[in-house]
Amino acid sequence: MSEPTVRTAERVDLLAAETSEGAQELRRRGNTTSDELGRELGAVLRVNGLNIDPNSIDHERRDDETMIINMGPSHPSTHGVLRLMLELDGEFVLRTKPVIGYLHTGMEKTAEDLSYVQGGTNVTRMDYLSPVINELSYSMAVEKLLGIEVPERAVWIRMLMSELNRMSSHLVWMATNGMDLGSTSMMIYGLRERELILAFFEKTAGLRMNLNYVRPGGVAADLPDGWQDDVQVICDTIYERSFEYDQLLTGQPIFRQRMIGVAPITAEEALALSVTGPLLRSTGVAWDLRRTMPYLAYDQVEFDVIVGTYGDNFDRYAIRLNEIRESIRIVRQCIEMMPKGDYRSQDPKVTPPPRARIGESMEALIHHFKLFTEGFQVPVGEVYSAVESPRGEIGCYIVSDGGPNPYRLHVRGPSFVNLQAVSLLMRGGSMSDTITVISTIDPVMGEVDR
Amino acid sequence: MDARSTRGSEGGNTEVISLSPLAPPGVVTSEALACDLACFPTRDQYFELVESFKNDGFEMCVDVCGVDYLDHMDRPLPEGVVGTRFEVVTNLLSLSKKQRVRIRVQAGDEEPEVASLFALYPGTEALERETFDMYGILFSAHPDLTRILMPEDWEGHPLRKDYGTGRVPVQFKEAPGPR
Repeated sequence: MSEPTVRTAERVDLLAAETSEGAQELRRRGNTTSDELGRELGAVLRVNGLNIDPNSIDHERRDDETMIINMGPSHPSTHGVLRLMLELDGEFVLRTKPVIGYLHTGMEKTAEDLSYVQGGTNVTRMDYLSPVINELSYSMAVEKLLGIEVPERAVWIRMLMSELNRMSSHLVWMATNGMDLGSTSMMIYGLRERELILAFFEKTAGLRMNLNYVRPGGVAADLPDGWQDDVQVICDTIYERSFEYDQLLTGQPIFRQRMIGVAPITAEEALALSVTGPLLRSTGVAWDLRRTMPYLAYDQVEFDVIVGTYGDNFDRYAIRLNEIRESIRIVRQCIEMMPKGDYRSQDPKVTPPPRARIGESMEALIHHFKLFTEGFQVPVGEVYSAVESPRGEIGCYIVSDGGPNPYRLHVRGPSFVNLQAVSLLMRGGSMSDTITVISTIDPVMGEVDR
Repeated sequence: MDARSTRGSEGGNTEVISLSPLAPPGVVTSEALACDLACFPTRDQYFELVESFKNDGFEMCVDVCGVDYLDHMDRPLPEGVVGTRFEVVTNLLSLSKKQRVRIRVQAGDEEPEVASLFALYPGTEALERETFDMYGILFSAHPDLTRILMPEDWEGHPLRKDYGTGRVPVQFKEAPGPR
């Protein structure tokens, strides 16, 4: 058994040595100091005023009483390649540590090599369940740096697409959550309904996923003819079926027993852990960027921010189900209020000229060539833009050095931050609860690892 | 310069209104700069500044990230701030005031190190680990500063500007190296 190590500022030598190949894993109790153990057991409870009860840290427990097992990286209920190390006492979870990075592909590094025009194709692949919203936060950051205005119609198209995307993302969540809890019919229904939305995306943008539809300056294409009818059908179908999900799940006794009162989190803990999205709203904090810091035209539409009370799994389920209905409300208002006009900015610097103009105008040809070879220059500066994704606040921090590529692009992924709540939520729960906890946190590993 | 300063107001950044009354004396703020409003504390002031913001109602630390300014050392900074190669950017959010505040601390050139915010905001744990992993910026008093995205035995910090992209030969690809 090796000597217990403490990695603190007092021992910088150790810090450097340890981290060059230090353990990311959950270590056995014999190798963990009581400080570390307390932190791992109490997670956030070290926040001011929320001191952990020393009696609840069972230092006395010995290694041979507990067992550390790996769940993942490829476990069907981890929604990707999330690896959880669990310390178990029989059926009950004592400590949990998420180990991530299995899907890390260096997208932030790649972004530095791509021009602002190409950047959208990169960020859209991060959170692959809500591509439009990723592109939106990226495009808004670039537009802020450029200081360009987006036409009114583009704003509303963006809002329409974001809300459709939120619905499809929550539907996938309903589907996978149903599957995790053994309701395979919910999985089929959720994916079936999502397909309606993806078909509309395909009609509009040409692709089902990874659309690259929202671009700096506007959107890639105007809505197709007859889009009102398509969207109306989507809204009507999903609204009606959302009550079927109610019948299928909400009142179902097994489902309720596994969700109600399981893995609660308080508002203080959620705030301390920087948790956002449905996870934060389930604790009763009405924080939704669409309402509290409105962007696009969210201040012109009517919708409710859904909040929970107990912060348990069931609240998180109910919030997502009701957010689908709220999104439908917003989409219906978008259909009515959609303005006419340009769908992208007419600034030739950021928008390619129409195909017909290229043939007859030298200037248009030059603009087109410049835009797709070297891209456009963005003034020096740095900017952070945040929007509400289905999982929480997605932020895009861009530093520009005046060139055509971002000098630095950082994406604050909501799932990445929300995952920190895992160890707190799972503590003391049973093994089967871990499945529901991962499910209701709803991490998308593409965004966690980037 | 003019273009930049108008852009700042045009950018619709109503998030941070007047920062100066909030920031304690001695901390440089960037009201003159075109970027979003930000505070520029020194490394010693950093932790106390964040603490004062926290006591002032900034309940959440939304984001921590690093930037390596190796190729862009002439970036605009307010007077009195000496730019270093590494910078740590922290975004705080106040739910009650609906405000954001950005804190940019110059972390150093050779061995960048700043204080960890874990004691104030436990939610920075993973974000600071990511910053360490990507830039090698040390966070003193961080409880578990290990790599988070890269494998444990990885050499170097990939988001640094002098990191050798393409130094590891890739299978099925004839010409390694950056495009």
